[in-house]
Order: sequence, then structure tokens, then C-alpha cells
Amino acid sequence: MTDQIPQVIQRHVFSVIVDDEAGVLARVVGLFSGRGYNIDSLTVANVNKEQGISRITIVSSAVPQILEQIEAQLNRLVPVRKVVDLTSTGPMLERETALLKVNSTGEKRIEALRIADVFHAKTIDATLQSFIFEFSGTNEEINNFVELITPLGLIEVVRSGVVGIARGSKAIF
Amino acid sequence: MLQPIPKVQDEPHTDKRVVSKINGADILVKALRDQGVDTVFGYPGGAVLPIYDAIFKQNDIRHILVRQEGGAVHAAEGYARSTGKVGVVLVTSGPGATNAVTGLADALLDSIPVVCFTGQVPTHLIGNDAFQECDTTGITRPCTKHNYLVKDADKLARTIHEAFHVARSGRPGPVVIDIPKDVQLTPGEYVSPAQVTHKTYQPKTMPELDAIERAVELIADAQRPIFYTGGGIINSGSKASESLRKFARMTGYPVTSTLMGLGAYPASDPQFLGMLGMHGTYEANLAMHGCDVMINLGARFDDRVTGKLSEFSPNSKKIHVDIDASSINKTIVVDIPIVGDVGVAIEQMIKVWEKKKHSANKAALAKWWAQINEWRAKKCLAYKKSDTIIKPQYALERLRDLTKGVETFITTEVGQHQMWAAQFLHFDEPNHWMTSGGLGTMGYGLPAAIGVQLAHPGKLVIDVAGEASILMNIQEMSTAVQYRLPVKIFILNNQWMGMVRQWQELIHGGRYSESYTAALPDFVKLAEAFGGVGLRAKTPAELDGVIKQMMAVNDRPCIVDVCVDEKENCYPMIPSGRAHNEMILNSDQDISSKTPDEGLVLV
Ligand SMILES: Cc1ncc(C[n+]2csc(CCOP(=O)(O)OP(=O)(O)O)c2C)c(N)n1
Ligand SMILES: [Mg+2]
Repeated sequence: MTDQIPQVIQRHVFSVIVDDEAGVLARVVGLFSGRGYNIDSLTVANVNKEQGISRITIVSSAVPQILEQIEAQLNRLVPVRKVVDLTSTGPMLERETALLKVNSTGEKRIEALRIADVFHAKTIDATLQSFIFEFSGTNEEINNFVELITPLGLIEVVRSGVVGIARGSKAIF
Repeated sequence: MLQPIPKVQDEPHTDKRVVSKINGADILVKALRDQGVDTVFGYPGGAVLPIYDAIFKQNDIRHILVRQEGGAVHAAEGYARSTGKVGVVLVTSGPGATNAVTGLADALLDSIPVVCFTGQVPTHLIGNDAFQECDTTGITRPCTKHNYLVKDADKLARTIHEAFHVARSGRPGPVVIDIPKDVQLTPGEYVSPAQVTHKTYQPKTMPELDAIERAVELIADAQRPIFYTGGGIINSGSKASESLRKFARMTGYPVTSTLMGLGAYPASDPQFLGMLGMHGTYEANLAMHGCDVMINLGARFDDRVTGKLSEFSPNSKKIHVDIDASSINKTIVVDIPIVGDVGVAIEQMIKVWEKKKHSANKAALAKWWAQINEWRAKKCLAYKKSDTIIKPQYALERLRDLTKGVETFITTEVGQHQMWAAQFLHFDEPNHWMTSGGLGTMGYGLPAAIGVQLAHPGKLVIDVAGEASILMNIQEMSTAVQYRLPVKIFILNNQWMGMVRQWQELIHGGRYSESYTAALPDFVKLAEAFGGVGLRAKTPAELDGVIKQMMAVNDRPCIVDVCVDEKENCYPMIPSGRAHNEMILNSDQDISSKTPDEGLVLV
């Protein structure tokens, strides 16, 4: 009788507040691989040394029933203090940083610089044949930037993975 | 092998701030004592010698020496399941830990509280591929509820108390504590359980009253209701079973149970429809399929229960009480989810029912029972009787009748005999039925029976076994003999891996690939070789006498080799990938045509 939730794949950003103890990341990653959930992106860093708390941001794409499972399964892990599905909870901000190495000369080199300028990317390293650009934005903005700069000599990319935070005056933890 | 024991600090004389320290091994024993542990199942080795030394020097905690570490974990499970307490295991590093893995996975899937201590190579050797080193926390992470590697003796006591809290709280499960040998020998500070509260792990046990009220409303309005009860009721404690009985009687509604929940509601009660699921009764499965309100109390919509998901109980409103939020909406989306202790939830439902002066819809209920009784009249568990050959079902009926009035604990192995035991032995009390439901571990029953017998001396403990399964942990006969445990091993010997043979017969064209054990031991001689009693029944006429002889053995284990019909299949059966209303009642119906292609991939 219960209507099954429609099976549309959605991309959600989860914030997971964990005790900063040995093996906690392995638990989280093992949960995703063991249960066959997707990880689009994962970042982790200590955010409070005194209390020993780390914050993990995970981006996952799945149907709503699985997204609900991901939240519930994460909550079962003993060192997990709090899980927030930022995408469902309300307006949120997400950022990712990319470092891009572009090798080119002549017209292409000038065009690369111009595009970087348009995107407000920072030039953080330069040689006579190359630049390294630093660019922060949403996942999608980085994708766009990468797409434009690829034919202009892009030879290497590194991306930090997404971090997310809820808008407004309230802290989640 | 032993390292020099670091000097324990002298008792402080002047400085009050200095706390007295004891070494890690002594901390462990003290912590167990303070946790109320009386029995530890284990097996020694180099990496736990200091702990064995500490055990040697005391008398409060009894150590039971198993014959293989896997046996230790199952024994601890049997002990835990039959008492409601935490089972405790102690094994060495490397192979000791890896042997324990099956038991840990078993305890995880069946939500059994177990704390398992594993020795580890000394801290400075971790990561060096040292002798008998393995990454125990890495290996056991996905098959435990939680695990710890303790590198600091000062943190050992706290970790142990936390581990017991985690093992028994919320949805129970196994917890591993890996202790490097140097930590066992290093003095550390002891703290008592009262001084430790877990900083974050405090599972929610109180259900939302609002959800309870909505649930009771739905329950009261039901025309074709059913209580679908599970192992959560057993885990919640005997009060939950009492509340279930009370609520069922108040409402007059039918009750079915999962394999894990048997005993929570008395099998002898007329409101009980028997077990549901793949080998459940016709009436239970059809009632689940046709109900309009399903009240899931501490069960988890396991695939053995639901059959084909898209056709599972298509016309019902569903209430689901579970202490584990992740069990809710995992496979079946429900209308009223209730997260909390199922015992508390039923109590609250009773209160609301009484306060609102609800009563069941008499007319609708009478109609529903009439329908159910029609299904019952099919007598789905009937089998062809024989005077010449022992039917496995008959053997269990005789066992049931001859043990009537005697408090009996049943464990099982895995296979046809397990399903027949669930169908034919009737359980009227919780904690008297121990079986490997989630993992389906052959070899579970004998060590589990040993754990049960140790917790309940003088009581009748029977492992209903198959001849293939029993060989998986037969070495534990030696344990039973050592501790003079009169566990009974009732083998339904059909010479086949019967459950495998049944599937091969029904859906693999009778190609019996490797399911016959061509060189079985003589189980009577085997029992005698271990120092136990061996008995055999070959004909129905011999059966009663042999069961009585078995029951009279009281100082050593007894194996009964019951030679049963090797062709018998376990019915009713829902073919894999089919819905509840497509069950097959007996061998006259063809299963292969009923098994859809997508069912072939299911287990
Ligand atoms: C450790 C393990 N290995 C394999 C299986 C698969 N399996 C399930 S039932 C079964 C046959 C069991 O045979 P037996 O113990 O004789 O019981 P019967 O079905 O004949 O009653 C097998 C091999 C299992 N459940 N556990
Ligand atoms: Mg067999």
C-alpha cells in the first residue's frame, strides 16, 4: 500500500562528525564499499584538536531510499557523533579546490591565462612553458573550467574533493 | 617466548595522587570480574600468555578451553543467547583471531552480544609481518559492531568497559579488543565500570509516543491484522515477550515469528501461526500476504522472510518497530516507523490501547480467523508417515513429545534439519532456541550447545544436527567431555547435505554435484572415541527407546545417529524469487517451473 519512493538518482552531500580515532576513516569507507554505495567524493580533516573531532564530507549519488540508508548506516558506526544530509536539510554551500597544470606556448598559453582570469583562478606557479592554476568553486564550476582549459594544454589535475556547510547562522555541531 | 615482566610500581606511601597500577593482563581479569563475567571461552597462544597467567592466578572467572577458536565464539553466542548476558571470548593473535572470524560474523548478523579479546604482537612489531601477526582490527572491522586496538595500558580498562557497553546496548553485536602483548605486561591505571560512560554511543531506546499513538490507532482499526515478531523481542529481554503475549491476547490478533524470534510467543498458543518465510507455514505466509495491517515487532524484513519484494504483502499498512534505524525502510518501505526498544514500544502500545479503551473489530476479526483457519486446514506440515524408515519430521515429533515437561534448550546446525526443528519442535519460552539464522553457519550448533549447557547446568540441551554440519566443529566433543557436559547431539543423518540436495533436485535438474558425503564416520564409534556416548536408531520402532536412553545420559556428551529417509525434502517452500502466495506445499508440485530466472541467482 505504501507508495515506493521514486527511483531517481540524486547527488547528496553528507557531513559526518566523527571521533578522531584510529580506523574511523576505514570504517566509513568500508561501509560504502561493503554495502555497494557510491562515493563521488570524500574529504576528511581534524576540525577540533582539543575535543578530537574530525569532519568528513562525503558526496554520494543514489536513489532516495539508499540515501536514507547511507545516513542511517553511518549513524550506526560507534565513533560517529552526527550525520547531516546537507542536501536535504536546507540551503548549503559546497566548495572544492583544484590545482591544474597547463603546458603550452604561443596562442594557447595566452588563451589559457585569459580563461583563468575569467574564472578568477589564481596562478600559483609559472615556468616558460607552464602554469599551475588554483581554482575553487562548486564541483560543477570546476568541471566547466577543466573542460575549457583541457584543449589549451592541461596535463595534470588534482582536486581536493568537496567540502560543504549549511547556510545561515546555525552550526550543525 | 615470554618477555620480562616490567616491575609493577610499589604502592604509594606519601603521594596521594599516584594511583596504584596493575599490569594489562590483570586489568583485563579485574574488568571482566567487574562486568559480572563468570565464564570465558578461549584458546591460548603466545600473544595472550600473560592473560592466561592472570587467569591462572584467580578463581572468579572460569575459562573453558575449546578445541578451535571458532568453537569459542559460537559457545559464547550460545551462552549469551540463552542468558541475555554478554558472551566472552579470548584467543591469540594471527590464526587465533582469523579462526574467530566466522563466529564474529555470525554474531553480527544475529545481533548477539559478544566481547572477543585477541592477542596481538607487541606494539613495536605491529606492521612488521611478525610471527602470528595479522591485521585483526582490519579483518574484523566489517564483521563486528565495533573493534579496538589498545596500545596504552592506561586505556585498557576504559576500553573494556566501553566494549561491553557497545556489545549490549542498542542492537547488540560482537566487539573485538585487540591487545598487543607488551600492553598486557605494562602497568596501567584501573577504572571501574561506574567511572566509564561512553562519550557518544548512547542508542535511542525510547520510542516516539506520537508514533506509538498513530500505530495503535492503525492496529485498532485493522480488519486483517498480523503481528510479525522477530529476534529483537528476544534481545530486548523476557519482559518484551511478556508484553507481546499480553498485547496479543488483548487484541486477539494472529502472531507469526521469524526463525530468530521463536519462543517469544508460545508455539502452543492458538493465536500462533507458526514461523513465516521460505520454509514457514502456509497460514503464516498467506496471512502476511493478505493482511491489511502488519505490525513488525523487532524483525527486519529479511529476504528469507519477504520473498519477492515487489509482491510482499501488497495491500497492507505497515508498522515497524526496530532499535536500529537502519533496519527501517531498508528493503520494505513502511507507513509508521518506530525507532526504539521493542519491549518498551509494546508496553506503550498496551498503555495507549487501554487508555483509549480500544477494542478489536470483532466481526472483521472473526472473518479473518475463519480465513486463517481455512489455510490452517491445509495442514502444510503434514508428511507421509512410514513404519519402516524414520522420517526426519517424525524423529523431531518424537523428540518433542518425549521432552515435553522437561525444560529443554535447542541449538541447531544449518540445513533441512534446522528448518524441521523450527517447524516441529515447539518453543514456548524465549532464550531456549539458538540457531544461526543470519549467517547460516554450519558448525554452530555443537559449540553453541556447550555454551548453553555451561550457563544452564542440569538442563536438557540438544543440538539438532545434520551429519554434514556436525563434522564442521566435531572437535568440540572433546570440550564437552572435558567439562562433563551432557549435551545431546541429535543427528538427522540423511547422508546428504540435504538442503543442497533439495535445491539441486528442485532447480538444478537433479544434478547432485558434490552434495553426497561418501565417507561418513561411524558416529557411534566417533562419540565413544571422544569419551562420550554413542547411540543409533535405524527404524521408527527403535526411536523412542534411543531418545529415552539419550535423555538419561547426564555426565558426558551423547551423539544419537538417527538414520532418516535420505530423500525427504523440507516443505512448505517459497521458491526463490517468488511471493508468499506462491508457496509450494509438497513434492507433487513442480518447483523448477515456479522458480523464475531471477530466482536462480538468489541464495
Ligand atoms: C559453513 C557453511 N558452508 C556451507 C553452507 C551451505 N549449506 C547450507 S545447508 C548445507 C548442507 C547441510 O547438510 P547437513 O548438515 O547434513 O544438513 P541437512 O540439510 O542434510 O539436514 C550446506 C552445505 C553453510 N550453510 N555453511
Ligand atoms: Mg544431511
